[in-house]
Amino acid sequence: MKLRLIRRDAASRLAMFASPVLALALTCLASLVLFAALGKPAGAALHALLLKPFLSWYSFSEVLLKMAPLLLIAQGLAIGFRANVFNIGAEGQFIVGALCASAMPVYFPQGDLPLMLPTMIAAGALGGTVYALIAAALRTRFGASEILVTLMMALIAVQILNYLLLGPWKDPRGFNFPQTVMFPDNALLPILFDGTRTNISLIFSLLASVFAYLIMQHHFRGYQLRTAGLAPRAALYAGFSAPRMVWLGLGIGGLAAGIAGASEVAGPLGQLQRSVTSGYGYAAIIVAYVGGLNPLGIIASSFLISVIYIGGDSATVSAGLPVAAVEVFQGLLLFFYLLTFTLIRYRVELDRKVPA
Amino acid sequence: MSQPALLRLDKVSKRYGSVQANRQIDLSVRAGSIHAVLGENGAGKSTLMKLIYGVEQPDAGRICWKGQEVHLARPSDAQSLGIGMVFQHFSLFETLSVVQNVSLMIPGRPVELARKIQDLGDQFGLSVDPHAMVHRLSVGERQRVEIIRCLLLNPKLLILDEPTSVLPPQSARRLFETLRKLQAEGMAILFISHKLDEIRELCDTASVLRGGEVTGRVDPREHDARSLAQLMIGREMPNVAHAAPRPPGQERLRLNGLSHPRASRFGTTLKGIDLKLHSGEIIGIAGISGNGQQELAALVSGETRAQDPGMIEIMGKKAGHLGPMARRRLGFSFVPEERLGRGAVPEMSLADNSLLTAHGRNMLSRGFIRRKVERAFTRDCIEAFDVRTPGPDAEAGAMSGGNLQKFILGREIMLQPDVMLVSQPTWGVDIGAATAIRRRLLDMRDQGCAILVISEEMDELFEMCSKLHVLNHGTLSAALEAAQTTPQEIGRYMIGAQS
Repeated sequence: MKLRLIRRDAASRLAMFASPVLALALTCLASLVLFAALGKPAGAALHALLLKPFLSWYSFSEVLLKMAPLLLIAQGLAIGFRANVFNIGAEGQFIVGALCASAMPVYFPQGDLPLMLPTMIAAGALGGTVYALIAAALRTRFGASEILVTLMMALIAVQILNYLLLGPWKDPRGFNFPQTVMFPDNALLPILFDGTRTNISLIFSLLASVFAYLIMQHHFRGYQLRTAGLAPRAALYAGFSAPRMVWLGLGIGGLAAGIAGASEVAGPLGQLQRSVTSGYGYAAIIVAYVGGLNPLGIIASSFLISVIYIGGDSATVSAGLPVAAVEVFQGLLLFFYLLTFTLIRYRVELDRKVPA
Repeated sequence: MSQPALLRLDKVSKRYGSVQANRQIDLSVRAGSIHAVLGENGAGKSTLMKLIYGVEQPDAGRICWKGQEVHLARPSDAQSLGIGMVFQHFSLFETLSVVQNVSLMIPGRPVELARKIQDLGDQFGLSVDPHAMVHRLSVGERQRVEIIRCLLLNPKLLILDEPTSVLPPQSARRLFETLRKLQAEGMAILFISHKLDEIRELCDTASVLRGGEVTGRVDPREHDARSLAQLMIGREMPNVAHAAPRPPGQERLRLNGLSHPRASRFGTTLKGIDLKLHSGEIIGIAGISGNGQQELAALVSGETRAQDPGMIEIMGKKAGHLGPMARRRLGFSFVPEERLGRGAVPEMSLADNSLLTAHGRNMLSRGFIRRKVERAFTRDCIEAFDVRTPGPDAEAGAMSGGNLQKFILGREIMLQPDVMLVSQPTWGVDIGAATAIRRRLLDMRDQGCAILVISEEMDELFEMCSKLHVLNHGTLSAALEAAQTTPQEIGRYMIGAQS
């Protein structure tokens, strides 16, 4: 007896919804074993990881706070991924977005710049986009792999951040800490729910999701991007410009990451500091894939990953879980998702016959 | 008939979902026999071959090899018994070279294998560079690799799915000689072809399939092509008496000394190609794949831009610099030789595949897709071109080659083009669908469309075209009047013996 994979005539809708659930269940099972092997209270760890975030309004609002940048970046990245444009350096575009946005409050620390916040968001968006388009230029002009270029450019972005924080942008009254001045009030995003840190960037992210849904599922441009990803030669045959797909795929990813970066400094951080490199750009790759690169799926997956982030924080405290174990949990989730994802296009069949 | 049949199928059935692909099939193949399997698109030929080759397993019935019942769970089971198969859709890895592909199935050092490939190629006229990358090879060359790979396994039963559809007449002759030699040594051959004349010439037994069932077992040598075709499609053959072409009209497509350097060392450089195509005529380009056919098609379609805008004129306008979309707007449409992955996106529904080239037909409103128009267009196409499919939502990748070709051709015809380029229109398509496709092209011609056909099938070109060119090593011969030339003369141009 053995298992066989048979290609389905059409993608299974049931499997589309069931596979993330199955992946989550398998992840829980595997991490129970893993946590137990580490000698940690496995049940308590899982409780902290998956349930605690829902047990108080404050921790739930922190989930929403995390969700905003993850969702926004993942929507941007997914558009590129579907066109086979692999921007894995969203972290860099996120940092550059944060830098560009921070320039306004750094040079106008009294807040005496009209339209401070819109200018910051626009600067962040522009910065992220331009930074990503460098990779597009290198890919279309010289055929350089955008995978390597965007990844390396993320490392460069971290160094630019370090330079600015240790040099010209350092807060003169900041006791030599590598951070800028605290931003004035008019450079901070309005809070969405009183008593929490959740700000209106969540609204940006949800709007971006609606936009991504409309473009990818119902607009011709999204169709072109999907075609370029599924069958590049068919895209060429139809006459969809391949370089344009690269420019678009990278540009949209950079735009989203840049806005997310701007929202991060204008939101929970309130200044530019080194901790802006928190790995959102990389985590968003997982979010995009766990969401099946589907705009609606990504809303669900960004929520799930945020829960794991917040739950992971509390698990390290309450169950003494090492931080790495939380990252392993995320990795397991992606791994099992990719495994179960196969079920969408293939069905498993038991080979009844005994080989001769 | 003292010895048991080499291969015997006993009431074999196979069902896919709601489709009964094979129903109670009985088949018996003797050693030393060349056995034809005939049938229309969707008659169940490919499924039957997959059952014999162990790719699929039957739901019911028995498969016996030399009188012993066997269960073939996978192709390697079939191979170890001595069954080899050359598929209609190739199973080669595009990113590997010929010899690397072969070495995945055949043990041996690459140098050794390369020599064997060369030897077999020379012996059977299946010449192919063992070190060429498969993705650079034309459809024809890829099939040669498949045949060679099978022969290297010394099979007792060889299954050939439409093997001659890509070979020039001379090579097909040589292949037949090969097959007869193999037959003389006692090898059994299952031969799937839609070329009835070939079957009558080569095969000693024919099993006719229709709707998943065996509808006849005949000695093809005792039947004429017409009665064989009738057995196969279950009704009178469509008449192929075509209206004589009207005198050609206005010039629609012109190639002026079209030259283009090859894109890679496996490509072909095109040298000074001149061609004039007028409304109301079909011109054919004969020749063996790999002589610049792919390059020429990509240049005329706009997938590759010409070096000089004036090298290509469509509807009297310089078009060499234009992309495929702009050329489509000039009234050009193109049916490529690869259906999956080029002419259609396998993972998308037929409706979404309509959008690929027909988006200009009112399917967009401010860039947003008008699903109703898209579906209506697709439904019309399915109906008008007799595409057998559950509906517009079926995925293109799940359709048979002939059905998908009818869909793609239908889609391009529904664009109401003034000029069409059709590459290998009936490659791997059975006689019923092929006849329908040719008839459509002739109808288009009679409505004034100018059509350029690139094909390896000589019969097809002679049937449809008023003029023929031959493409050999990137050079196009002068135009030959179809009525005043012969397949033999074309064949000499094809192998470069005349220029």
